[in-house]
Amino acid sequence: MAAHNFLWSLTKNCFTFGLIGLTVSDRYASIVPVRGSSMSPTFNPTTDSFMGSLSDDHVLMEKFCLQKYKFSHGDVIVFCSPSNHKEKHVKRIIGLPGDWIGTPMTNDVVKVPNGHCWVEGDNPSSSLDSRSFGPIPLGLVKGRVTHILWPPQRVRHVERKNHQKRHSPS
Amino acid sequence: MGVRNQLSLFVTFAKEGFEKSLLVGKFFCCLHVVNTYVCTPALAYGPSMLPTINLTGDLVLAERISTRFNKVCPGDVVLVRSPVVPRRIVTKRVIGMEGDRVSYVADPKSSDKFETVVVPQGHVWIEGDNIYESNDSRKFGAVPYGLIEGRVFLR
Repeated sequence: MAAHNFLWSLTKNCFTFGLIGLTVSDRYASIVPVRGSSMSPTFNPTTDSFMGSLSDDHVLMEKFCLQKYKFSHGDVIVFCSPSNHKEKHVKRIIGLPGDWIGTPMTNDVVKVPNGHCWVEGDNPSSSLDSRSFGPIPLGLVKGRVTHILWPPQRVRHVERKNHQKRHSPS
Repeated sequence: MGVRNQLSLFVTFAKEGFEKSLLVGKFFCCLHVVNTYVCTPALAYGPSMLPTINLTGDLVLAERISTRFNKVCPGDVVLVRSPVVPRRIVTKRVIGMEGDRVSYVADPKSSDKFETVVVPQGHVWIEGDNIYESNDSRKFGAVPYGLIEGRVFLR
């Protein structure tokens, strides 16, 4: 009987902590792993296929920015991919609504529509970003990256970086 | 001994207060999890979904399970986060899924011309039931599936 009670209270405690953890990670902040090298050297500066996912950078993503959907140039954000809603990508915001973005690939100048943003990876040679799928709606953004938490030697605050040569404000 | 009594009384109050607030916290977490993962109520208003939804507002229940598992089909009424104003959630009907060829009248008030478009991968085409007064995919294009918040099943 005592073991049964103990198991029951243990289950209840686990369930409570699970609920609270889920709520906090949904509303306030959570930790996400960064895969791929599209944000080198900011995240995953070395492609170490031997260690696999153990050597991936894990970052702190905060969700307070979703209250007002207010972002700044140079913010690193996590968003759902517009072509596959189950995938999440990490990129940097280069343009906000109303900005003009020059794409040297097609010699085009694109204006970022209302409610959208232009995202690019820090490593342009291996990054699938707005240069391929265009500006993304801000509603797809799931959070903003503020700190790197793992590996321990790379714990630091993620800085905003401005791309002076790529965007011209309207 | 008065101080010790008062201290023990304070400790009892503090413990009870902590337990009560933990209970309230657990209740809010439960509410949040149900709201985010199971179903959510919403007040839908505006002229774009007449006659399905009233002009002055209808309380609807939207479930989030079929959107998570890709079970949204053409003909469903869904809650979608607006691609133009990300803080606003609109109610529209899904007309086409990715890969479908959708024919629509761009501006029914001025002409009857049909335009056809293929819905890109990972996107859906949404339109209001009242096409004369609806700001939908005919204006802002197909929306990514990730913007769908829930499927309305009860009004």
